[in-house]
Amino acid sequence: MRLRLCVAAAACLLACGAATAADARYSDAGPEPVLAHVFEQIEQNHLDVALQQVEALIKAYPKFRLAHLIMGDLLLARAGPIQAFGNKLNAPPGTLAGLRAEAIARLNAYRDKPPANYLPRYLLQMPPDQKFAIVVDTQKSRLYLYQNQKGTPRFVADYYISQGKLGADKTREGDQRTPIGVYHVTGSLSRAKLGDFYGSGAFPISYPNEWDKRQGRSGHGIWLHGTPSDTFSRPPLASDGCVVLANQDLDAISKQLQVGLTPVIISNSIEWLSLDDWEAERESLRKEIALWRTDWESRDVERYLANVMKKRQYWIKEGGRWKIAYEGAG
Amino acid sequence: MSLNYPRHMLSLAAGLLLVALAFPVHADSLQDASLLLKQGQKPQALDKIDQYLAGKPKDAQGRFLRGLILTEMGRTSEAITVFTKLTEDYPELPEPYNNLAVIYAQQKNYEKAKQSLEMAIRTHPSYATAHENLGDIYAQLASQAYDKALQIDSGNASAQTKLAMIRDLMGSAGRPGTARPAGKTSGAASATPPAKPLEEKTVVAAAPKTVATAPKPPAPVATAPTPAVPVAAAPIAAAKPAVDLAGNEIAKSLDAWAAAWSKKNVKAYLAFYAKNFQTPGGSSRASWEAERAQRINKPGGIQVDIENPKVSQDGPDHVTVRFRQHYRSASLKTSSNKVMVLVRNEGRWLIQQERVGK
Repeated sequence: MRLRLCVAAAACLLACGAATAADARYSDAGPEPVLAHVFEQIEQNHLDVALQQVEALIKAYPKFRLAHLIMGDLLLARAGPIQAFGNKLNAPPGTLAGLRAEAIARLNAYRDKPPANYLPRYLLQMPPDQKFAIVVDTQKSRLYLYQNQKGTPRFVADYYISQGKLGADKTREGDQRTPIGVYHVTGSLSRAKLGDFYGSGAFPISYPNEWDKRQGRSGHGIWLHGTPSDTFSRPPLASDGCVVLANQDLDAISKQLQVGLTPVIISNSIEWLSLDDWEAERESLRKEIALWRTDWESRDVERYLANVMKKRQYWIKEGGRWKIAYEGAG
Repeated sequence: MSLNYPRHMLSLAAGLLLVALAFPVHADSLQDASLLLKQGQKPQALDKIDQYLAGKPKDAQGRFLRGLILTEMGRTSEAITVFTKLTEDYPELPEPYNNLAVIYAQQKNYEKAKQSLEMAIRTHPSYATAHENLGDIYAQLASQAYDKALQIDSGNASAQTKLAMIRDLMGSAGRPGTARPAGKTSGAASATPPAKPLEEKTVVAAAPKTVATAPKPPAPVATAPTPAVPVAAAPIAAAKPAVDLAGNEIAKSLDAWAAAWSKKNVKAYLAFYAKNFQTPGGSSRASWEAERAQRINKPGGIQVDIENPKVSQDGPDHVTVRFRQHYRSASLKTSSNKVMVLVRNEGRWLIQQERVGK
């Protein structure tokens, strides 16, 4: 039996989404492909191959704790039967649970990755000056980077992320949750200005936005940031609400982030649309906005709108139609 | 960390006694050095072995003992040099690799220890001590990996590896392919394997163990002068009914032996060994039994299977069986070729010799 027991938990979670992933293209491989291979080898009881692979993984990512844990299990499996994933006596249970959750999140995201030509429904509008957009799926512990290609988002890369200790849907200060909503990057803090804890840098985002405030949500200081120098990645639920990336991943996206512009859309249920469906969706929204505009124009307030007030609106889809949920000064 | 020495000392001394008769000068020094080491008089032991090696600088036994003495004196870097040189001169000997690994493990250099043990096992896949040491190394490496994974410092509380230093060179009598020196052969006669009865005298000096335990030139089985008649599992053997009958009985005995081992029934397992069974390394029957019991009783299941046994009859109550043994325990999975000499005693076929080889 050895490792098989512990893998079962991960494997059954992953089984459901494996079919759609075949044609995804990933420009950033990350540790997931090797990790997935390691688990495949373990499931097939090729422990020697698995050990070689995990050694390679550690060579590439020396501070990847999950890989060290798997290596420990594989080595111990040679010396005697092992009982569970992370077969370390007296291991801190929280730490083990975190690493196990990370394994599941990473494998899940890898095996259940959205096809490359599918787009998140939330990413409907990309103005020409927004070169990139970020979409975070808190359920999958994943961040997706999209490039604006003449108004249509094109998938660039995706990365494992950690979120608040108590998950997503932040409502009040100190609730250790990551907010859900549409934000943008509001600043850039260099490594030199931060403690080691934040790794290679930090990008504050605009939580709470007007919608949040209107909903009575409180708190502040939600950042995208990196990991401490002795840590490759943290467990899925680890921060006080920030979105945490591996330093090398943060470095990769930081080149593309535009302060004040790049949208950061955080969701706990991302709906993936085929390009056709996505375009249809976008068209219906565009029509609604145009309709609303026409109404306003007919009331002859365009001058007022254009010159005096910059507006920000929140549209939601209700009963199949796009409606304004809230609007305020921009 | 303490070294855990197997109980081969007695047998080593006994073997040397015989040697003393055959080869007074050199053997005396070797024996004296060994005894001095045993008595804890390490500097004196070192002097003795240096005297011995002055006359036979390439002697493998002497160099091996010198490595042991240096290890016990804590002169590890010199010991490493001695054993490393032995692995270069005799890459087929597992013992120097094993002892190198023990020293590396003492230094907490588990990666190097692992490599050395893997070399020992590559040369002799069924070398039990090396396997057990390797198991301990894996556990150590695992512990280190866990520490990194969980960001804890389990310190050295768990670092008490009990690796076994091998005390005797060519300890397992009649092991095939022993000690063929690599490269230059001058002076290598001293390490010539026991498989060459013609050089018996030299062999005596080099490998006393073999002489002490095997009354006739060892490895008669491996080179079986009588034509082997493969029988068991082969219905063709009807030509020789007596052997065929024996073949059937023997196959059953072997199956029962493997079953007792698999069931971890130590008593039944040991009962398959004849009173005059030649223990590996010539250790005493009691210590051999204790060692077997301890290994078999380790936690976890054991599965032993026998494949393709071939029986050749050497006498009415005396057969040699060759087969492939598949062994699987919690920590180890090996397949190896085994040769057994079985004798019939009061209607039961009992194991008189057991060794690895074709």
